[in-house]
Amino acid sequence: MTLLIARNIKKRFGGLQALTTLDVTVEPKSIHSVIGPNGAGKTTFFNCLTGFYKPEEGEILFEGRAIQGMPPDRVASRGISRTYQNIRLFSNVTVLENVLVGMHRHLHTGWFGAVIRPPTVRREEVAANDEAMRILKFVDLDKKADFVAKNLPYGEQRRLEIARALASKPTLILLDEPTAGMNPKETEDTTDLIRRLRDDLGITVLLIEHDMKVVMNISDLITVLDFGKKIAEGDSLAIRSDTHVIEAYLGRGAATGDSYGAKTPAKTEA
Amino acid sequence: MLARLRREFDIADLVLYLIGLGLLIAIVYGSIVTLSSGKYTTAQWLNFIIFGLAQGGIYALIALGYTMVYGILGMINFAHGEFFMMGSFGAFFTTAALAEMGFLERNPILSILLMMVVAMTVSAAVAVLSERIAYRPLRRAPRLVPLITAIGVSYFLQYTARGLFGSSVKAFPNIPALSGAVQLGPIAIQRSQIAVFVVVALMLLSLYFIVQRTKVGRAIRSVAEDKDAAALMGVDVDRTIALTFLIGGIMAGAAGVMYGIVFRQASFWMGFVPGLKAFTAAVLGGIGNIAGAVLGGISLGVVESIGPSLFLDGLGIAAPHQLKDAIAFTVLVLILIFRPTGLLGERLSKRA
Amino acid sequence: MKSDRPFTLVDAAKLGLYGGISAILISLVGMTAAFAKTAIIADLLTMAQVLIYGLAFMVGFVVVGRAARGSRGLALPAGALASAVTMLSLSLLALLIGAVNLRTIFTNATAELANLILPGETSGLAGALLLTGAGAAVGLVAWLLTFVPTRIRNGLFGGIAAVVLFGLMQDVLVPILPKSVDDFLFESKGLTWVGAVVVFVLFFILSYLYAMRSQVRISRLDKLPPQQRQIARFAFTLVALIILTLLPRILGPFLSEVANQVGFYIIMALGLNVVVGFAGMLDLGYVAFYAIGAYTMAVLTTPELPIMREILPQLTFWEALPFAVGAALLAGILLGIPVLKTRGDYLAIITLGFGEIIRLLVLSDALKPFLGGAQGITGVGRPKIDDFTATNPQQFYYLILVAIVVAWFITSRLKSSRLGRSWMAIREDEDVAAAMSINLVGYKLLAFATGATLAGLSGALFASKLGSMVPASFNVLVSINVLAVLIVGGMGSLPGAVVGAIVLIGLPELLREFNEFRWWVYGAVLVFMMLNKPEGLWPEATRVRELHEAEAEHTHVDDDASPTAPATA
Repeated sequence: MTLLIARNIKKRFGGLQALTTLDVTVEPKSIHSVIGPNGAGKTTFFNCLTGFYKPEEGEILFEGRAIQGMPPDRVASRGISRTYQNIRLFSNVTVLENVLVGMHRHLHTGWFGAVIRPPTVRREEVAANDEAMRILKFVDLDKKADFVAKNLPYGEQRRLEIARALASKPTLILLDEPTAGMNPKETEDTTDLIRRLRDDLGITVLLIEHDMKVVMNISDLITVLDFGKKIAEGDSLAIRSDTHVIEAYLGRGAATGDSYGAKTPAKTEA
Repeated sequence: MLARLRREFDIADLVLYLIGLGLLIAIVYGSIVTLSSGKYTTAQWLNFIIFGLAQGGIYALIALGYTMVYGILGMINFAHGEFFMMGSFGAFFTTAALAEMGFLERNPILSILLMMVVAMTVSAAVAVLSERIAYRPLRRAPRLVPLITAIGVSYFLQYTARGLFGSSVKAFPNIPALSGAVQLGPIAIQRSQIAVFVVVALMLLSLYFIVQRTKVGRAIRSVAEDKDAAALMGVDVDRTIALTFLIGGIMAGAAGVMYGIVFRQASFWMGFVPGLKAFTAAVLGGIGNIAGAVLGGISLGVVESIGPSLFLDGLGIAAPHQLKDAIAFTVLVLILIFRPTGLLGERLSKRA
Repeated sequence: MKSDRPFTLVDAAKLGLYGGISAILISLVGMTAAFAKTAIIADLLTMAQVLIYGLAFMVGFVVVGRAARGSRGLALPAGALASAVTMLSLSLLALLIGAVNLRTIFTNATAELANLILPGETSGLAGALLLTGAGAAVGLVAWLLTFVPTRIRNGLFGGIAAVVLFGLMQDVLVPILPKSVDDFLFESKGLTWVGAVVVFVLFFILSYLYAMRSQVRISRLDKLPPQQRQIARFAFTLVALIILTLLPRILGPFLSEVANQVGFYIIMALGLNVVVGFAGMLDLGYVAFYAIGAYTMAVLTTPELPIMREILPQLTFWEALPFAVGAALLAGILLGIPVLKTRGDYLAIITLGFGEIIRLLVLSDALKPFLGGAQGITGVGRPKIDDFTATNPQQFYYLILVAIVVAWFITSRLKSSRLGRSWMAIREDEDVAAAMSINLVGYKLLAFATGATLAGLSGALFASKLGSMVPASFNVLVSINVLAVLIVGGMGSLPGAVVGAIVLIGLPELLREFNEFRWWVYGAVLVFMMLNKPEGLWPEATRVRELHEAEAEHTHVDDDASPTAPATA
């Protein structure tokens, strides 16, 4: 069964049609990349999926149930979690606390439980701590659990954001440019990590990425957006030779070549 | 349809709409009762409206300062009511001195102009100084920080005025040229109210001219749109923001004079309630929107002027005029809940 | 910043001028004249002099520090110049007062003020010159102090602060100290010469030792194994509780009264801390819940208000208390639902609006038969156990203490729980919090209602302790007061709320002369704190740790990979 079906999504901002009739289908336990030039509507699409924007038209089915127009917290509690293009950690608290917040969905302590703190609550907290440490170990941040998030180096902040998203045990995780601004070594590690999300944890990954090397390497399926529309879809081989795609990128002055040259066309344009 | 309702349903929204509906029914019912009882004559209603318009004009002048600062900094300048208060004190001391010299009786027009100049200078100076000392260092601070600072500035200014000028209420001397009323058909318009209409209209026209037609206005609009882009285009952002405070201060000073002419008093606490109401007016019209501030100010003035007689009286509430301020604040609360973008505003949606 | 530019004498003069403007403002607002009546050391030093010379000294000290960063040679002239300019500005005010009648505008610009400003019996130009010279001398002292080792300098400051505090609190200290000590330390007004020296030396030694030890002690406590650390903490709590239990006996009735006043604010501050400090919502209408708690208590227990008595039976304090707290909770939820849909700044204004509406309703004649109108309500019930009724402040103290302990317990537990984490998330980034499946309105409502409940508790106790109440006690200043307490103490910090309340509520009650200026000073303090120390005097423990770690781990952070601050839009 398909995990996510987005049908005929439309979203406009004032005079700008950000998404026009977008259709995307995501298969379970796959890595599905969404690429496209800057302003193609990729992040807008993510925001529609997670409930931050209400699409004017269209339908989003997650595990067979409609979620369009649902408030973000209810979408999240269905099992969709995400990271952000510009890192948005809770920067003034520790790494561990960041992950613990991510686990919100699976904890149950209420007001009275928090104040009285009966054994069940204590056990829940201990278990949550252990689980959080396991997740941190998975992204190799367990040794920095007590660090304040904003003091981590850039690459680790990105990984922490992924860890926080993992903490809610999502079925689908949306990663918005997880390798942006990373050096080649960090990019490689992150690519590995994304692959492990699918292979080890069985999580479906929907990925926005500008680094074509990463995209071509790990994607099971690639959707290409331009001007809020899908212009191509297929595996890396098909996309590489698709004339529409080459046009969309070449028309914007990106370099040619196997990986479309520049790591982030966005940066070179700006 | 039902599925969609279930998906997007929110208990808080339901409660809100029930509250809104209840208030609406109460207002309509109260108004019908009052109007059908014929307790007030048409002339009385017209007088309420004219008083409301004059009051609303003063709110509008203060509201401009709120709205312009919000438009450019995205910050509620809590202390703006105090700029108004300082201006009013400036006007008071000027008239008091002029009255003592006998100048006030001989040259009423010149005296009022002098009052305006002094009040505007005082308000503008306080506004620019506050910006320079308290707000400018906080340009990039988290949102709550400037707001709390503004609260601090507000209290500091209030109690500075108390310390400097004493805690008593100062009574403005009588300006003979502005006392009495002009009979206009069935209604009598106070001369002081006519003065308010004239001054408010002139101030608004000149503001419109400045913002729409001059280089300064262009700079203000560009900074309000996008600070970084404006800076790249060679606009001096700090100077433009200071200018915005200056203009807001001038408007508040004018409002201080008008308030002094209509209510003939000044006190250190006089800035708080008009300030809050002017903020209400700014939000009512759509904060960040200059025309909206005017519309909001005038509507608020009229609503709070006719409201107590119109619907509170009809509901059988004793001494309804005591609740005049409560009506204004209820408008504030309702507008923030149901239509935070205000009557004309779209600017906010971008920022919120 | 401009600090790249070398510091010049012009900068020094400019800072001196700012100091001078402050001094003029302080004088014109009336502080100088009011404080001249308070003697610190009998016939030698008044509080007004401490204020003016202290200001000149601070200006000099700051300037010396800044100038010394550039070149050491500049420090002395710059410091002396700055302090002299401060005093020169002030003496110009005195001269101006002598020449022109400023009183028509500035009520405090009296000839008496001019006399107070100029030193000794001097007047006119000679006095102005003398004062300016004194300024330069103060600048010289500031310069000299930079050569003194930090620890000794802190000792000196500690000693001077103690002398000033002892002098200020004479009226408070005399009744509680033994008679022989009183006679030794104090004259009828101010400390004796000898007393001042003794106090100075004593506190010099104490602060010298404290500065030496405090570092060691903290690190030692941190090194203890967790088990022992817990025992140490428990022992500390126990000792603190014992002291707190004995406090009213030590303090006597007047100080217990002040302690109670502080207590009401501690409870409110702990409550507002949940709303502002934990969840990051600025609630300016907080006083509404205090009022609701107080009015519910009053209405339910008073024998007056015949209309209410027909509807409701008259309750005792203990029966009414749950209703009072419950009413505040209910109001918190009812007001919370509409309020919490709005965001950020608007939330502050809308709560302010609600607070004002409630105050106006209480004051109105429309509700007078139910709530007593502007005259308020008298005959509020007192807490009674068997035949014992708590009436005096010393007895009431215990009730308030229990309430504080409860409030502390609840808020500290909430803070370190799943709820505290969710509030933290909402405070830091609402959007991300929602994406973590946190229901924003629900959790904000929890915070709002918790805060309202504690305010209601405080209000109920307040009404009962006073025995009568008037609506004037519930204006917006109370909300601002509580907010100031939190900001000075440190938002989000529980000890901060206590320290803030003691400093901002307790001290003004003790220093009568200061009380008149408390709002003026609060305003200035809020601005100052936001500009210079937004984390407060006693910041949250995690923030301290955060700063420590930032230093300790500095070497670990790659220089090229500086973490970009996430945009807080």
